[in-house]
Amino acid sequence: MGHLLGDRRAIALLLGPALVVYTLVMLVPVAWSMGYTLFEGNAISGFTFVGTENLSRLVEDPNARDALWFTVRFAIVLTLVQVAVGYLLSLLYVFVLRRASGVVRTLVFFPVVLPTVAVALMFQQLFESAPRTGPVNALLEAVGIGGVDWFASGSTSFWVIILMETWRSMGFYAVLLYAGLVDIPEETLESARLDGASGARLVRHIVLPLSLPVLLSSVIFSINGTLKVFDSVLALTNGGPGSQTTPLTLYMYQTSFAYGEYGYGSSIALLLTLLSLVATLFIFRSSRRDLTKA
Amino acid sequence: MTSQFRRRPALVAATAAMTALVVSACSSGTEEEGGSEAPASSGSFEYLSLAENSAVQDTLAALSEDQCTAADETAALEVTTQPQASFDQQMQLLAGQGALPTLFAAGNSPQVIKDIHGSGQLVDIDAALEELGHPDAIIPAARSTVESLYDGELYVLPTEFNVEGIWYNEDLFEEHGVTAPTTWDDLVASAQTLSDAGVTPFAAAGKDGWPLTRLVGNYIFRSLGPDAMQAVADGEASLTDPEYVEAAAAVAELGAGEFFGPSVGSIDYTTAMNQFLNGEAAMFYMGSWALANFNDPTQNTIGEGSIGFIPFPDVEGGEGDSTQLAANVGVPLAMAQNAYDAGAQEWLGCIAEHFGGESLTEQGVITGFAAEAEATDLPPLTGVVQDRIATAETTVLWFEALFDSKAQTTSYTNAQLLVTGQMSPEDFMAAVQADLG
Repeated sequence: MGHLLGDRRAIALLLGPALVVYTLVMLVPVAWSMGYTLFEGNAISGFTFVGTENLSRLVEDPNARDALWFTVRFAIVLTLVQVAVGYLLSLLYVFVLRRASGVVRTLVFFPVVLPTVAVALMFQQLFESAPRTGPVNALLEAVGIGGVDWFASGSTSFWVIILMETWRSMGFYAVLLYAGLVDIPEETLESARLDGASGARLVRHIVLPLSLPVLLSSVIFSINGTLKVFDSVLALTNGGPGSQTTPLTLYMYQTSFAYGEYGYGSSIALLLTLLSLVATLFIFRSSRRDLTKA
Repeated sequence: MTSQFRRRPALVAATAAMTALVVSACSSGTEEEGGSEAPASSGSFEYLSLAENSAVQDTLAALSEDQCTAADETAALEVTTQPQASFDQQMQLLAGQGALPTLFAAGNSPQVIKDIHGSGQLVDIDAALEELGHPDAIIPAARSTVESLYDGELYVLPTEFNVEGIWYNEDLFEEHGVTAPTTWDDLVASAQTLSDAGVTPFAAAGKDGWPLTRLVGNYIFRSLGPDAMQAVADGEASLTDPEYVEAAAAVAELGAGEFFGPSVGSIDYTTAMNQFLNGEAAMFYMGSWALANFNDPTQNTIGEGSIGFIPFPDVEGGEGDSTQLAANVGVPLAMAQNAYDAGAQEWLGCIAEHFGGESLTEQGVITGFAAEAEATDLPPLTGVVQDRIATAETTVLWFEALFDSKAQTTSYTNAQLLVTGQMSPEDFMAAVQADLG
């Protein structure tokens, strides 16, 4: 076997097909899309070379700036919220519910497997203000606060999206972090308890440092998912009202496929790629520092 | 070592098979393109319809079993549908691959079909009808609307011909002592009276946006004349000019008075229609395609006889007037040049001859085709609209008619912000103008 893997031709033959497929479906489109940033047009009207015009337009475009700001805001807020809620849930599973957590874990995990569009439609109904008053507004009216037209302004829509995404994903992060927490040796916890640490102090000084690697993985998962948010926003608000909840992905999609500007759409894709790159570098740099500390 | 040698041919074969698969997958598209150019009938007549519009499908299906059986035998009608929201993308993809169906709805933004026409993929309907011996198949009013929309050319089939205006609930007007307004100021005063009495003055689908921007467009046509939007398209005027901003401000004022009712941004087309037909709202700006709903007693609970129609009112001192009806051809149909074979030709001839009559008598939809059939038992409201069409001398388009898809989307999506006061009229017009370039 060692001999076989030492043979360069054998390696080439084993990896070749997968590499060819990967190149065709991943690398070629990426390079192609990069190339499009220098052109403008679409499949119907043909393409013309415009040089760096798309990129300079991107710098000046207020819509792109708004979309970038929304994406960053969304990624940071949602990552904080969903990882925090997931962590609290996992602590609940491990330290409060213990062996009885199975049913709760399953129930909390359930929304993860639901289709995004179905969840979005449900939240639309929940927060509806017209023509029918949705349950949330009915509740607000019942306690005397009065109904809110949630989808009429960007700021309230933003929080509905955050709430929906948190509900949808907290089960996933809870399970992920739960796996990290059950790995903490019982002896360590026991000795900390004997030393008088309990409750918040136990979590702060023992559990949190020991679960830092898995917390970091959760943050990476979350940033990765939230920067690329698309389907939930499309189904819930379609970027509206106006373009107040339009992330870069949706703006890229509209520009390319609704407005027929493939070149400019590719430039937005490039911006998104750079953003992801910056986020990745940032996370890995900070993770290296943290891990050596721990 | 021996086993390694024995396996190598298998690996090579696997790689070769893989490569062959990929290459064949990549090349299959081009073969199809070449095959469909044959002038003889392909045996099928594909129609790509908007999923939301069943009237055209139903009419074509009825024709295939009645007047157009011969054409259907040459090329059998095959209908596929695509939701309206993603229709433009689908058309762009198909056109990019040269795979447009024989007959298809022309999409949401007129710009897309103009681009496809620009790339030479559409049948010149005008020339084709002439060749088939039906030069007068399309009525003059519809022809002029199509030509003003598509740069003076006729490459679509007007399967609808609509006029737009304000439909109002006569009973509610009478009850609150309001008469049909003839000027914009009258309209605002009437709305105020109704609103004070607790009646929602206008049903409007703010979620869709276009029913609100239609008001902006009409105001512009009334105040600045029928060529006002063409001037914007030609770059001679800008939407940010004060006289254009005034139109957006006028509509924003209707919103500020809460004349569209609460949560206008959450109201979609169907809900707005229901509000009007249930008697919850007194007025409804809409096109005559809504006659299908008005004439349906299960939907219309206020009664067909209680609905009146007025054109968009005059703006005092304006250059346009209310005889210039807003008109459109709905979503017309286009035909792909590379699928235009003998079967398609036969179908086009039959459509030219029979579509108008069939659609009017069976669907109650007024088309841009000359209808030979004498339809005597039409509902009275349909008659009213037909009379309006017959007497209209000039027609005007709508706000976004000459916009590209981007400016159109900006206009639609920001309309609710305009009427809820979250966006100023200046900002609204500036945002749309920015996309027009």
